[in-house]
Amino acid sequence: MKSRHLRLLQRTYVVLIFCFMYLPILVLAVFSFNESKSRTVFTGFTLDWYKSLFTNRMILSALALSLAVALVSAVVATVVGTMATVGISAMGRKSQLFINNISYMPVVNPEIITGVSLMLLFVFLQNWASKFDVLPDAFFGLPTLLIAHITFNLPYVIFNVSPKLRQMDSRIYEAALDLGCTPRQAFFKAVLPELTPAILSAFLICLTYSIDDFIISYFNCGTLQTLPIAIYSMTRKKVSPEINALSTIMFLVILSIILISNALDSRRYKREQGLGKAGEGR
Amino acid sequence: MIKSKAAASPYLVWMVIFIVAPLLIVAYYAFTDASGNFTLENIMAIGRYSSVFARSLLLAAEATVICLVLAFPVGYFLSRLRASKQHIMLMLVMLPMWMNFLLRTYAWMSLLENNGIINTVLGFFGLGPFRMINTAGAVVLGMVYNYLPYMILPLYTAMTKIDNSIIEAAQDLGASTLGTFTKVLLPLSGPGIATGITMVFVPSVSTFIISRMLGGGSNLLIGDLIELQFLGNSYNFNMGSAMSLVLMVIVLLCMSFTSSFDEQEMEGVM
Repeated sequence: MKSRHLRLLQRTYVVLIFCFMYLPILVLAVFSFNESKSRTVFTGFTLDWYKSLFTNRMILSALALSLAVALVSAVVATVVGTMATVGISAMGRKSQLFINNISYMPVVNPEIITGVSLMLLFVFLQNWASKFDVLPDAFFGLPTLLIAHITFNLPYVIFNVSPKLRQMDSRIYEAALDLGCTPRQAFFKAVLPELTPAILSAFLICLTYSIDDFIISYFNCGTLQTLPIAIYSMTRKKVSPEINALSTIMFLVILSIILISNALDSRRYKREQGLGKAGEGR
Repeated sequence: MIKSKAAASPYLVWMVIFIVAPLLIVAYYAFTDASGNFTLENIMAIGRYSSVFARSLLLAAEATVICLVLAFPVGYFLSRLRASKQHIMLMLVMLPMWMNFLLRTYAWMSLLENNGIINTVLGFFGLGPFRMINTAGAVVLGMVYNYLPYMILPLYTAMTKIDNSIIEAAQDLGASTLGTFTKVLLPLSGPGIATGITMVFVPSVSTFIISRMLGGGSNLLIGDLIELQFLGNSYNFNMGSAMSLVLMVIVLLCMSFTSSFDEQEMEGVM
């Protein structure tokens, strides 16, 4: 008897916490369909805010910039980071520890520090370069934004790929060499395929961090607007139900990505299970 | 295995220029004046802002404690569920994290406003209106809301490693519910608690968006001060660098305090 009450209490508690987590998002979504600009009284159903969102030049160009920066920075960070992982694994223990500790800095430092310190570096470079006129005039903008994003993405690649490289059986590489591969061939044909899942997941992590980043971009974007920065400037303008529409769309996109990847996972899982059973039957 | 240290060289160059050099420049600016001469004045001048620093530490600490108290039972219940259910529940915990935090904070703006949804609902029952937005409480609420998953996840990870039989053994040997909690559950989830504290405290103490959106102008935090020095009206890189340096020291102190509980757990969360 006692345990049933306890279980009910547990369930209620978890439900309450989830309400706390989801209620604000639900409220945003409901008011994206509100006819008037009021954020408190629901006056009638409309899709106007979605229409005006999709004709909002500022939002659309910000979205394009965010996607472009995320893609480029994720590709560069993944390639450079994977190379770094391989190179670092060839080093001695002490150098490995030293490099890892420095790589941790952008991860453990508050984002505002990473943003501000990069901004100072760029200002410093700009002042220095203005004497020689070597940097383009629009240095603060796309170049600084890309550098900043690559910088905060790199550690995530290294810390995702290096455990996989460490777990990998080194005999695979040696076997490839023994069977007549050059070291380069052995790497691309034997090592890289083993690392591919880790590299892919690192790439996806970079993409999401980059699309989501506000603070570091805020200090290093010059006059450009990424999507989070456009959202920030919209929140400053108080009443704009377009922002609710945008939140709802983003939530649905994220939800469907997660549901699809989950469904694929469980299907693969079931298929593997099925194969296992078929194997047993034989 | 593979003998090619050279592959790391592009990264090492990048690391020196874009990780090490910027931090050295922060230190350089912190200890120099506008004309580049050595000075301790920036660091000394921080004393004038001690109330802001105290407020940041206090609000971040409050948010961390509330997150810990709220998240502990959630982590425990989730870790006791069947594996298939755990998967779904974890997804539910992580889903809001994927929403941009500006949008999540904006949602609370419309809930907490003077003529916002909460006050409207309370109005039906003849209560209020209460002044909720632009208070310190609203800032703490924003921190708790944004960073609660960062507390739930490491707690959950630590607690999945606690075998049910250990808890049953404690009860069989006569431990009360409180005793089981303080002597078994709490110590065994220590690493998760330590990681959770860092993951909530560090972003809370350095935020400038949550305080700006939910705290109005009257609840400035360290992050706001730094932002004002670099992009705002104050515009003083030297002063801003000195503040950044102090913030870094605060964060390092917090991390060295919590990492004394457990060294490896950070890797587990990464």
